[in-house]
Amino acid sequence: MNNVGDMMNDATDTQAESRADAPALAQDTLKMTARNVDVYYGDKQAIDNVSIDIGMENVTAFIGPSGCGKSTFLRCLNRMNDTIPIARVTGQIELDEKDIYDPAMDVVQLRARVGMVFQKPNPFPKSIFENVAYGPRIHGLATSKSELDEIVEKSLIRAGLFEEVKDRLHDSGTALSGGQQQRLCIARAIAVDPEVILMDEPCSALDPIATAKIEELINDLRGKYAIVIVTHNMQQAARVSQRTAFFHLGTLVEYGETSDLFTNPSQDRTKDYITGRYG
Amino acid sequence: MVIGFAVIAWFTARFRAARLRPLGGDRPHSLPGYHGWYVALWLAIPALLFLTVWSLFLPGLVEQSVLLDPAAQNLPASQIERTAILGEARALADGSLTAAFNEEAEALVPAYQEASGFYGVIGIIATLLLAFACGAYAFLRVRPDFRARNRVERVVMWVLLIASLIAILTTIGIVASLLFETIRFFERISIVEFIFGTHWNPQSTTFSDDPGSFGAIPLFWGTILIGAIIAMIVAIPLGLMSAVYLTQYAPAKVRSVMKPVLEILAGVPTVVYGYFAALTVAPAIRDFAVNVMGVSSASSESALAAGVVMGVMIIPFVSSMADDSLAAVPGAMRDGSLAMGATNSETIKRVLIPAALPGIVGGVLLAVSRAIGETMIVVMAAGLAANLTANPFESVTTVTVQIVQLLTGDQEFDSSKTLAAFALGLVLFIVTLLLNIIALGVVKRFREAYE
Repeated sequence: MNNVGDMMNDATDTQAESRADAPALAQDTLKMTARNVDVYYGDKQAIDNVSIDIGMENVTAFIGPSGCGKSTFLRCLNRMNDTIPIARVTGQIELDEKDIYDPAMDVVQLRARVGMVFQKPNPFPKSIFENVAYGPRIHGLATSKSELDEIVEKSLIRAGLFEEVKDRLHDSGTALSGGQQQRLCIARAIAVDPEVILMDEPCSALDPIATAKIEELINDLRGKYAIVIVTHNMQQAARVSQRTAFFHLGTLVEYGETSDLFTNPSQDRTKDYITGRYG
Repeated sequence: MVIGFAVIAWFTARFRAARLRPLGGDRPHSLPGYHGWYVALWLAIPALLFLTVWSLFLPGLVEQSVLLDPAAQNLPASQIERTAILGEARALADGSLTAAFNEEAEALVPAYQEASGFYGVIGIIATLLLAFACGAYAFLRVRPDFRARNRVERVVMWVLLIASLIAILTTIGIVASLLFETIRFFERISIVEFIFGTHWNPQSTTFSDDPGSFGAIPLFWGTILIGAIIAMIVAIPLGLMSAVYLTQYAPAKVRSVMKPVLEILAGVPTVVYGYFAALTVAPAIRDFAVNVMGVSSASSESALAAGVVMGVMIIPFVSSMADDSLAAVPGAMRDGSLAMGATNSETIKRVLIPAALPGIVGGVLLAVSRAIGETMIVVMAAGLAANLTANPFESVTTVTVQIVQLLTGDQEFDSSKTLAAFALGLVLFIVTLLLNIIALGVVKRFREAYE
């Protein structure tokens, strides 16, 4: 299979196969499904016919070389691509069996249910408290000050940040270290009590210690939220995820149990990538 | 002529340097062109400096030798007459005058011509000698290992430094002249009276200095009412909203049309705004106030008319500063808010504007400083009466209007009346300077926060 054409053909053939091979999400409840999703930026096709299931109890990792479309696809899952005027999404993505691109779906509510954490920590230039309280405020989740305090505290505790910042909740969020800022962003996402949390390379701007803390946090959050994480770091995918999807050139090459995918990839392209032959 | 020699020097030195090239084993330190510049600059700069200095001393030297002439012996002793006659003689000598008023001047013409011819020739010879001496000195230094490049670069640096100093020195000169006249004013009128007095009527003081007529409070108030209150009430919301629309909502096409149009609004001469304020807006506001609101004291030169038009003038200013600040807020912040399920308007209101606030505030302060220094609109539309009133339909006056009033027409520059204009100018200068410093500081801190 040195021939590129062969490889492509083979990939599309076995893609369906590998999905069938992957252990069905048995003990896991299905949270989101995507079917035949294409994304175009203007005339350029960024995602080609991707279908994937995302389970509630699992951490799902998207891996692949830069520009392979994994972040683009992630952004489809809470319609963040709507903010890019030239982006166009076709196909079907469902959350709890409801089409999220259906006109009846309100994007504000969708994003409250599917939260997102970005590559670079992006706390608002407000106090730590106000950063976390932002979501509950705009969605009217708290009716009283004490209720809001409680949500903020609970979210910070869950994000493992509370002990570090409890004495300075009213200091600026931008004064925290990079890792703390990223955990603040996670706390902010948790505060609106989402069902799914999308993380777009959440550790790529952090040092190894902060990265370890975030990974630990992802482990703690597993089961409470369906988590999808995009990462460049294959060790990270192996450490934090239960299921891994390998994207290449806008297509989903392989998707399966993380342990299987890393030890016994069924696709040559996957094998080449995880052994460091390219990407 | 010196320039011509410099050009020749450039070419010859360059040629010589280019010939040097193959001779040395190593590559010459500088390109031939640098040697050319080095020699040309050495030739031209000392010669031109000498010419400048010489032409400063020339009239004095000429005059001295004319006075030694026998024909000058019967000049009147009075200094004023003497200079008048000498001036006429000079004008006759260089042909800009054909007939003299004083007969003595005619007699001096030959002496004048002789002296200026003599010193002129000396000047030219000295200049040329200097040019050649310096040029030769530089030319002899053209060697492969000579660091012409470094020296030329240093000259370039000095030229640039001088260019930037000129603007600064001019500013210092302006401030100094304001300051001296202001000090003269405060020798006559107490500074406390000026800053805290509430009665302004300097036109009545043509013949006697009545300190009570120089209370500038009504002017300061009028300036603030028009420039900082009414104009800002118009400009801040409109400018901010247009910036929000342009950065957050407008499709690229609309933006590409609207932004230049807004910028054109900033380029309209203020006189034109003045016509508009005086001829269209002011009567309309007066009629509205009298007929609809029943304010019988409404003036046809109201603070409101001037303020509103000034506000419109300031809109592009506020808008473009706000636009820049909003655009400088990282896109990640906007994404972060949208990903929380915030709507576009919630994102703008709760995240983007707070994040851009320092930049917006800086822009507003700059706009205020522009508004209070603005002259034409208020001269044409705000009136001259120094009223201390909060009623926007009444006529008020501003600092700039009064400066114009005090200094236009024939004025002697040693009365309290005209000196008051300098004091007002200094106050205006200090206030706008402070506003600008604060605004630029705020904007700078904001920029740093996101870099």
